[in-house]
Amino acid sequence: MCLAVPGRVLTVEERDGTRMATVDFGGVVKDVCLEYLPDLRVGEYTIVHVGFALQRLDEESARQTLALFNGLGLLEEEFGDAWERAAEEAAAGPVTEEVDR
Amino acid sequence: MKYLDEFQDPELARRLFDDIRATVTRPWALMEVCGGQTHSIIRHGIDQLLPEEIELIHGPGCPVCVTPLEMIDKALEIASRPGVIFCSFGDMLRVPGTGRDLFTVRGEGGDVRVVYSPLDALRIARENPDKQVVFFGIGFETTAPPNAMTVYQARRLGIRNFSLLVSHVRVPPAIEGLMTSPDCRVQAFLAAGHVCSVMGTEEYPQLAERFRVPIVVTGFEPLDILEGVRRAVRQLERGEHRVENAYPRAVRPEGNPAARRMLADVFEVTDRAWRGIGTIPASGWRLSEAYREFDAEQRFEVGDLTTVEPAACRSGDVLQGLLKPHECEAFGTVCTPRTPLGATMVSSEGACAAYYLYRRLAGAPTPVEVAPVG
Repeated sequence: MCLAVPGRVLTVEERDGTRMATVDFGGVVKDVCLEYLPDLRVGEYTIVHVGFALQRLDEESARQTLALFNGLGLLEEEFGDAWERAAEEAAAGPVTEEVDR
Repeated sequence: MKYLDEFQDPELARRLFDDIRATVTRPWALMEVCGGQTHSIIRHGIDQLLPEEIELIHGPGCPVCVTPLEMIDKALEIASRPGVIFCSFGDMLRVPGTGRDLFTVRGEGGDVRVVYSPLDALRIARENPDKQVVFFGIGFETTAPPNAMTVYQARRLGIRNFSLLVSHVRVPPAIEGLMTSPDCRVQAFLAAGHVCSVMGTEEYPQLAERFRVPIVVTGFEPLDILEGVRRAVRQLERGEHRVENAYPRAVRPEGNPAARRMLADVFEVTDRAWRGIGTIPASGWRLSEAYREFDAEQRFEVGDLTTVEPAACRSGDVLQGLLKPHECEAFGTVCTPRTPLGATMVSSEGACAAYYLYRRLAGAPTPVEVAPVG
């Protein structure tokens, strides 16, 4: 929930009186509310937080950030299955990873 | 130990580190406000690569971590009630309340659902008109506008079986609270970039002037943070205290005016308790009178519920930068992500979880798994 992720606007429409878009986050496509950036257009990039577009972003910055997030597994953390992760944490066994000293 | 070549642009990273090293002449304590910054710092070992004169103090900018225990307990109480669908971000599932969490409440039969957006919770309310659907609205200024818009839509569309359990907090009062504490040794702040995307930077100049501290807005990528550190150290060495925006690609001085207008309509400022810290005046929001009917605390009559934090949890000291996680005697022993004493060990942005996960501090004790009882 804490992440704000850059994505590219694929479609824009009015839904129940609310401006909505579908946004592509490097392969994950989500519905996003555009009420806080109503003049965002198809093809543009935006920073999205909990399903709301908050700020415009240039393409290069967006691509770089997405590549970084992808490499760190943050996109999976943001868009993945929270129940599965919670179950894994609750059942986590003894620590076996080597401590990096 | 981390290496420069792990940065996206190793040459730029090298130049930034070199410039910082060439600039610093004495010890400085900088606080990064946001949990996202903290995790980036620990994950990439930025604090290890910086000159030893520079200390990065981790601030209270993890919204999951500062959500007070009593608010967690209110959430658990509401989520346990029959006829309720309780919606939350995934981050809150394992945050310990008194004796249980949302994960266990679901195991006990509560209808707890994870949503990506508060609008998903509103949709669930429309699809289940016979149920009371509650969304757990936690977060700083970045998350409050989406929740505000959702309540606004609930009223506009007449979706009366929707309500919001509000636990929103604001950054500037937290900075003020920290700086007025006699124990505070913070000399500069790295401000949270996305909070400023929403609110802008106009609240910060008076804080910088009053407390004579540089405040530099940064993004969350390692190079963003390094640039923020470089600017803060340069100001400190020159005896300056200004607000600088080192994240211009996403932050404008006025922030997002539409989001700010919605905040002003749906919410009003209130005192808020911060987990482990206490009440900070004017540090949060609650629903304004016009939207009070959507207040879950009022609707479910849990306003009077109060709770005491377990004494062993020192997350308050961690959140105020008075203690590093590995300095806590419970760290990695009785307190682990599996058996967390407090929220800082649960949240993916909590400082304790960051230290535990990346476990690369020289001298940090190796965590020992506590054997199950019986």
